[in-house]
Amino acid sequence: MDDLTPLRQQWLDRIKSAADPAAIEDVRLAALGKKGEISLKMRELGRMSPEQRQTTGKALNALRDEIDTALRARKAALDDAALEARLAGEWLDVTLPGRPRPQGTIHPVSQVMDEVTAIFADMGFAVAEGPQVETDWYNFDALNIAPEHPARQEHDTFFMHRAPGDDRPPHVLRTHTSPVQIRAMQDQGAPIRVIAPGRVYRMDMDQTHTPMFHQIEGLAIDRDISMAQLKWTLEEFFSAFFGTRVKTRFRASHFPFTEPSAEVDIQCSWEGGTLKLGEGEGWLEVLGSGMVHPHVLRSGGIDPDAWQGFAFGMGIDRMAMLKYGIPDLRAFFESDLRWLRHFGFMPGDVPSVAGGLNR
Amino acid sequence: MKFTFSWLKEHLDTRATLGEITEALTDLGLEVEEVSDPAAKLNSFTLAKVLEATPHPDADRLRVCRVLTDEGEKQIVCGAPNAREGITVVLAKPGDYVPGIDTTLAIGRIRGVESHGMMASERELELSDEHTGIIELASGEVGQKFTDWLAANAPEKIDPMIYIKITPNRPDALGVHGIARDLAARGLGVLKPVRETRILPAFPCPIKVSIDADVSDKAPFFSGRVVRGLRNGPSPEWLQKRLRAIGLRPINALVDITNFYTYDLNRPLHVFDAAKIEGDLTLRAARPGEQVVALDDKTYSLPEGCVVICDRNGPESIAGVMGGAVSGASDETTDVFIEAAYFDPISTAATGRALKINSDARYRFERGIDPNFTLHGLDLATQMVIDLCGGEASEVVTAGAIPDSDRAYRLDPARTTSLVGLDIPAVTQRATLSALGFRLEGDMAHVPSWRPDVLGEADLVEEIARIASLTRLEGKPMPRPQPGVPRPVLTPLQMREKAARRQAAALGYNECVTYSFIDEAAATLFGGGGDALRVDNPISSEMTHLRPDLLPGLLAAASRNQARGFADLALFEIGPVFTGGEPGEQATQLSGLLVGASAPRDPFGSRRKVDIYDARADAEAVLAAIGAPARAQVNRKLDGWWHPGRAGNIALGPNVLATFGEIHPRVLRAVDVKGPAVGFTIHIASIPFPKARTASRPALELLELQSVERDFAFVVDAQVEAMTLVNAAQGADKALIQSVSVFDQFTGLDDGRKSIAITARLQPRGKTLTDAEIEAVSRKIIDKVEKATGGTLRA
Repeated sequence: MDDLTPLRQQWLDRIKSAADPAAIEDVRLAALGKKGEISLKMRELGRMSPEQRQTTGKALNALRDEIDTALRARKAALDDAALEARLAGEWLDVTLPGRPRPQGTIHPVSQVMDEVTAIFADMGFAVAEGPQVETDWYNFDALNIAPEHPARQEHDTFFMHRAPGDDRPPHVLRTHTSPVQIRAMQDQGAPIRVIAPGRVYRMDMDQTHTPMFHQIEGLAIDRDISMAQLKWTLEEFFSAFFGTRVKTRFRASHFPFTEPSAEVDIQCSWEGGTLKLGEGEGWLEVLGSGMVHPHVLRSGGIDPDAWQGFAFGMGIDRMAMLKYGIPDLRAFFESDLRWLRHFGFMPGDVPSVAGGLNR
Repeated sequence: MKFTFSWLKEHLDTRATLGEITEALTDLGLEVEEVSDPAAKLNSFTLAKVLEATPHPDADRLRVCRVLTDEGEKQIVCGAPNAREGITVVLAKPGDYVPGIDTTLAIGRIRGVESHGMMASERELELSDEHTGIIELASGEVGQKFTDWLAANAPEKIDPMIYIKITPNRPDALGVHGIARDLAARGLGVLKPVRETRILPAFPCPIKVSIDADVSDKAPFFSGRVVRGLRNGPSPEWLQKRLRAIGLRPINALVDITNFYTYDLNRPLHVFDAAKIEGDLTLRAARPGEQVVALDDKTYSLPEGCVVICDRNGPESIAGVMGGAVSGASDETTDVFIEAAYFDPISTAATGRALKINSDARYRFERGIDPNFTLHGLDLATQMVIDLCGGEASEVVTAGAIPDSDRAYRLDPARTTSLVGLDIPAVTQRATLSALGFRLEGDMAHVPSWRPDVLGEADLVEEIARIASLTRLEGKPMPRPQPGVPRPVLTPLQMREKAARRQAAALGYNECVTYSFIDEAAATLFGGGGDALRVDNPISSEMTHLRPDLLPGLLAAASRNQARGFADLALFEIGPVFTGGEPGEQATQLSGLLVGASAPRDPFGSRRKVDIYDARADAEAVLAAIGAPARAQVNRKLDGWWHPGRAGNIALGPNVLATFGEIHPRVLRAVDVKGPAVGFTIHIASIPFPKARTASRPALELLELQSVERDFAFVVDAQVEAMTLVNAAQGADKALIQSVSVFDQFTGLDDGRKSIAITARLQPRGKTLTDAEIEAVSRKIIDKVEKATGGTLRA
């Protein structure tokens, strides 16, 4: 048997000097192809004696494997080099911006409504709704505000046009969300727990007033609900809403639809001109509330001798201003893109009790 | 309602401080709006004595004083002419803030001489306008606080003024006496009784009074008397001061007396110059065309039926609202007729509103004054007239009868505790009501005549609760109606609104909240603007009509933003629109508006003008988010504010779910928006709700065999709609054709026609399709499409 060493060296040299994948393929065919040198040598094995075949066959197989491995290694090395060379030319400016994608926002009023709803839903309150054009009965009489009651004049009511010959009192744009109390009680009876958020209207426009704003009404009627439970409910609400323990102060007041009535203040401090809630010696008036007046219960079809409960109403826009530091109410309704982007919320930022309510 | 601390003390025997009083007032429901306490800014000043005053070496008008203070002797340079040895002065030291000159003092050097403070004038301390010299006190010790000296010697100079907000149910608190009663009930002092007085009549009243039967409901009781031989003129200093302190201008003694009792005891009065009254006084309804010149010198045309007080010449005064100018009291008046009456709140309010007169009298009568106090009030006023102006009083004349206000409600102490959640002993509850003037007979509480607002048992609870103080209230947990995880509380429609809102924002739109009322022109452009949607008393001409659609509000917002230099906009709103003027004639819409370009300029050429296919995609994305069925049809039965050729409705039969498209160019011009502008509107409630809701999804069918796609291009007329091709192709073999979609369109053919390319996906079931089968389906598709469109397969 010939010494295979020169052959081995010759092929390994050729593999080494192959400069590209095509040259490698040529070498492979020349060595291991059907008519390749090593393939031909292996064909000769058939003519050898069994002993010779054993030793030569073993050596040839080893040589074939070695050359095959070398070919693959060389090919991989060449591929790698080719890729490196390609990558070297493939450079992009990664400091260019991504393709533009518009960023939408949720209005603070909507976000705060969702926050308030999440908190009260957790306390068992459903969301009730009612029309924004209301009869004067639902907006006033049912709520114990008689036609000539001075409170009625203080509401700065918008009246709807009445066609000549239609002698009904003019409908009004609801001046508060309280008429929803009556409708909810009529629909559901007692016991009942609802909140009613929505638009309300008053004829008032200056630095701190807009002719339309948002309120949220709360109503809870049961056998023995007391003002102490109103206080607890509101303190729970404010603490969850502002994300810090907030104390309330109840002050006697008067609303025709509640008795007793209370203005509710929340604890705050004004340090260096910044409002901080839940600390300090100051008090900030935030809502009106009280125990539902028997007249109002009767208007809602509920027997005031058997049922009692509380109601409250507060400004949603005002809550948003306090919580998120929004300075001007009028800007809420001006749709200035800069304002919408600055004070708006991410669409996916859906308030939940589980996820917390502070953004 | 304004009053001063010293005025309050005339009705309340109290040692409470100003702070305690104001805190209690707010807590009692008499919310303090403002307190002005002149003493607050004088706290740092003390008394001192000038030991020696010598001329300044370098200035003729200045003197260098040696002053004895609580901190020893100090040298002070002073320019006042009265600065001299021996006088007691008010000292401001370095570091003190002097309000009248708005300065915090420092050690000064005046023409070379050091000065350690100043001796103040009244103007410098804002006590008066007096500035001819420094304050010289007739008494006082060195080191004494100036405020203490004032409190002891001239309390009126630092009398705090308190301004409280009165809720409409508390007419009794429109008099200082009523406020004192509340404070006394709270335990902050003892209420002094209203002074009794007895007038001895010197002669019969020459003026008789009567009330016409048809106004006896509106003016149930009228009384008065003449005082003759008096001398009117300026009222005494104490009275003028008191009125000025609460912002009233002193006029003359007679008028000032009526103003005083209006505020002191909530007893509005009127004085007529008796010499100017012809004959007797009658209360009657105003007749058509009657006018009166009132005390404000304005001429009022009297609304028919309003109550007027007339003499032989006609109306002299508007009952309960304002007196007349002709018979008003002047400095020359010698004989007066003093009127004290009770007028009905409702009719007084109606008259005041009709005439747009806001007077102190109207304010009180319309809230309800104490009818039982009428004659007592008349006597007190008469006494003060005699005291201040002299003269002698006649007998009292009256007409009508004082209305009976007696009524009683049952006090149920257990109910109070249950409603308030505050444990107030029954005996305390009864004591509170007694202190407020209620008369208790067993468990029945008789309401005092000055509390017209107390109309039921609940009102008793309110009185007890507010006197007990709601600040004492401790929160008490209110458990959920059912234990455990709370149930969902939103209705499907409410959930849908939330989902639609979040989806629109996720698509890149900024949410707006615009006003529900818009101007008539804009409303008319969008199918509204009629009388049914008109607000009768709009706050501005921009806000006259309830909006029939959300797009006008968004377009106005776009116009404003364009004016600020923002050209590319994506805005949306979700909210109510109004279909009529009756309650419930409203619906919830979501509208989106795209203006300008789809993207900012970038290196990739992303920027292009927005078009209706953007709007359509967004509309469909929102529809999908709220569960609209995917297979809605598109029609062109459009409202007038859409471009007639470039908009469509997404509908289920006649039920329009949404509209998308270009805003009509004429509308854009009218609302001053530079296009392109496309938008969409979704009628949130129109989307049908699924019949049965189950969380479980239908089984997923994953077919083993691969689907096959075949492409076809057809040449059709320019106005043939792609949907026609798709529907026709789909109908070729409903079992085999899984989907058909458009993948190309070419509109530039020579003959004006266009080419539309569709692809059909064939889904074999059970066995692979043979070429012949595919060919057969393709043939059917071609036939169907050609037949439906009149087009041809593109060669």
